[in-house]
Amino acid sequence: MAESNAGGVGIDPMHQFEIRRYVELDFLGVDVSFTNSSLWMVIAVALITAFTTLSMSGRALVPGRWQSAAEMTYEFVASMVRDNVGTDGMRYFPFIFTTFMFVLFCNMLGMIPYSFTVTSHIIVTFAMAVLIFLGVTIIGFITHGLGFFKFFVPPGIPAVLLPLLVVIEIISYLTRPISLSVRLFANMLAGHTMLKVFAGFVVLMGIWGVLPLVFMVALTGLEILIAFLQAYVFAILTCIYLNDALHMHH
Amino acid sequence: MEPEAAKLIGAGLASIALGGAGIGIGHIFGSYLNGALRNPGAAQGQFANLLLGFALAEATGLFALVIALIILFVF
Repeated sequence: MAESNAGGVGIDPMHQFEIRRYVELDFLGVDVSFTNSSLWMVIAVALITAFTTLSMSGRALVPGRWQSAAEMTYEFVASMVRDNVGTDGMRYFPFIFTTFMFVLFCNMLGMIPYSFTVTSHIIVTFAMAVLIFLGVTIIGFITHGLGFFKFFVPPGIPAVLLPLLVVIEIISYLTRPISLSVRLFANMLAGHTMLKVFAGFVVLMGIWGVLPLVFMVALTGLEILIAFLQAYVFAILTCIYLNDALHMHH
Repeated sequence: MEPEAAKLIGAGLASIALGGAGIGIGHIFGSYLNGALRNPGAAQGQFANLLLGFALAEATGLFALVIALIILFVF
């Protein structure tokens, strides 16, 4: 989170989301500078890699603490994929696991004061959601061919209602990347803005600032819960979309 | 009316939608507790669905928040 002005008047809850360029880079006229957002993404990926490789390097039959943690995250995502997509969905397990871990680590790293929340920017979450949406749609067309269009025709519906319902189904399918990305981004943005606003209250209220401070401690706990929950929801919705593509519906 | 005042009123009106999200979240947790107390054995199996429903209901409120932020900072 950003530094707060002790004067109280100049507290800007949006300052923490500011993108700063660390290394100016230009690729064919496109700005590809290394920013604080890129830095925290690199940190997240490095931490995930370290966590998964180092903890499994012992390969003990009876796992130690770190190895159990790694095995638990593996089993958590694996059972999520098995329950929601089925055993043939395990082919896509590495992708779901990567998505889950990346979102989880970005959210959690954002909870460290003075850090930067990568997932609080719509462009990051939207890029992930569009990639998932396109990938899942392509998987649907590969698995079912043109029969995938039947996905938009709900079975057991009178023919009179079909023109209306097909349009609604197509619109609801096309809004998936928007709802998937806005959910994650808005949760992170709203949560961190709220934390900052309450932090402002602590400064403004002087001695009585202990009251919002107590509230802030509870809110931080809630935000850590939300950070995990949103990563979970992001991964499970990816699973559900994948299941729709692989097995159609109903 | 000044455009600035209209923006503030619009952002305030957009946040009314959070009431709907509150009703939705309350309903989900209320129903879950209701079901869990009737059949505690089945409660653990539905916990994932509870979290999913919570996130889906919460997201609709956050869409309104995004609209309020767009009104405040984009226009």
